[in-house]
Amino acid sequence: MQRFINNPDDIVDETVRGFVKAHDDLVRLDPDNARVVVSRQAGTEGRVGIVTGGGSGHEPAFIGYTGRNMVDAVAVGELFSSPTAKSFHDAIKAADGGAGVAVLYGNYAGDNMNVKMASKMAKKDKIPVATVVANDDVCSAPPEERAKRRGVAGEIFMWKIGGAKASEGATLEEVQAAAQKAIDACRSVGVGLGPCTLPAVGHPNFEIEPGKMEVGIGHHGEPGTRVEALKTADEIADEMTQIVLDDHDLPEGTELAVLVSGLGATPVDELYVLYDRMESQMAARGLKVYRAFVGNYFTSLEMVGATLTVMALDEELKGLLDVDAEAPGFNWRG
Amino acid sequence: MERISNADAGGIVAEIARVIVANKAYLSEIDGKIGDGDHGVNMAKGFGRTAEKLDGTESLDEAMSVLSDVLMSEIGGSMGPLYGMMFSGMAEAIEEAWEIDAVLFGDMLQNGLDEVKDIGSADVGDKTLLDAYAPALDAYRSAIGDGKPMAEALDAMRAAAEAGRDSTIDMIAKVGRASRLGERSRGVLDAGATSCSLILGTLAEGVKRRLDG
Repeated sequence: MQRFINNPDDIVDETVRGFVKAHDDLVRLDPDNARVVVSRQAGTEGRVGIVTGGGSGHEPAFIGYTGRNMVDAVAVGELFSSPTAKSFHDAIKAADGGAGVAVLYGNYAGDNMNVKMASKMAKKDKIPVATVVANDDVCSAPPEERAKRRGVAGEIFMWKIGGAKASEGATLEEVQAAAQKAIDACRSVGVGLGPCTLPAVGHPNFEIEPGKMEVGIGHHGEPGTRVEALKTADEIADEMTQIVLDDHDLPEGTELAVLVSGLGATPVDELYVLYDRMESQMAARGLKVYRAFVGNYFTSLEMVGATLTVMALDEELKGLLDVDAEAPGFNWRG
Repeated sequence: MERISNADAGGIVAEIARVIVANKAYLSEIDGKIGDGDHGVNMAKGFGRTAEKLDGTESLDEAMSVLSDVLMSEIGGSMGPLYGMMFSGMAEAIEEAWEIDAVLFGDMLQNGLDEVKDIGSADVGDKTLLDAYAPALDAYRSAIGDGKPMAEALDAMRAAAEAGRDSTIDMIAKVGRASRLGERSRGVLDAGATSCSLILGTLAEGVKRRLDG
């Protein structure tokens, strides 16, 4: 695998520097912490701040969702490794506009610990903090252990809904409740066709044999629930759709927001091939796609594969989904 | 009563850092089997940066506090907060002390363990660093309780940390990234228990060498 790399240890700093140069109109670097990216809108007086953070290597997540009516500040970690508690704390401070800060992040051991410590630090600054932990990855734990599930691309909907709610002047409790409702309505699944490599490690962090695929794979190559022979796009789309919908008891007529993301090295045309079939399958179940997002929204370095996220909508979520948002990775006119 | 001088023992942290840096590739290799293979890289970065900041004049608690700050403010991941809290807990237990005797050393280990348990969500048996730490503390305490000399208790602590590390081979990971592997996590050492056993073993050796007898 040939990569664009100077020194593997510098990739994250160089990524963040390039990112803030390219999107200077929407974001800036925190002057005190080169691992915190801040929205130009952050800290608006009286508005609840939205913070997230996570390991790097998932671009455009997490930094790409920093912007207007989305995330106010992002704590940036090493590749696939949680940001420090200090970075989460600095992000909380940058996002605070006096109405408290909602930290909306994914369920990983490191992030849980670092957010917990950052929340304690923020308490000393008298900044009220509420958290919501995303756990939308269906295959990472059975339904009765939903709290153990990982957070994956459903986080994007959680940020979108939380950011929209905050933009309407809602209280911290209301923003937290809306973000929680969003992630509770999300189900995701990933299918991996090829592994990824941390440049500092130098070899793939897992294996997928030629002709095989891993169903239920995680965003860092965590093993899925089964390894199967590689099938046609339609068959894979059917399997992914079935996994997310079977975990979700949705009445006929339910409207959905659907997000299909590549994992880094899958061509975008193949994502549309998958979506074509997925939409048909959803329609056949009497479900209606209200909004669809297809592209590289939440990647895993150069992993080959795709994820499907479905959020079941009600009137409140529809309204919040339609609020304008402007971020480098997510530009939306409702 | 056997004891060491707090003010003269800061060098132990530099000794721990040397051992971690020397084991960088080994720790990453173990982690690569069921984790993402960066444990050695991250640990060496945190402990190596700490060693650069120490000038050899620090007391043991001061050196531990420097290490804790670097781990928590520069390393992140899971190991940053876990080892960061462990060393801040240890430092807190001895910061007022001129001398560290057998009882206070046990209290220091206990405080470090309590902080790790508080920030993490693991129990003994979950295939984590606790599986090296908890038995090491137990072995130390019971040797002291039996009236053994401190040097012997430190040897028991080191041996128990190593045995605890080896016990993780047969465990299934219950927390952290390896827990996603379930049964597939069996048969491999836990990287955190391995680094913890290196840390506690080097700590025990360093104290033993400094005992005034």
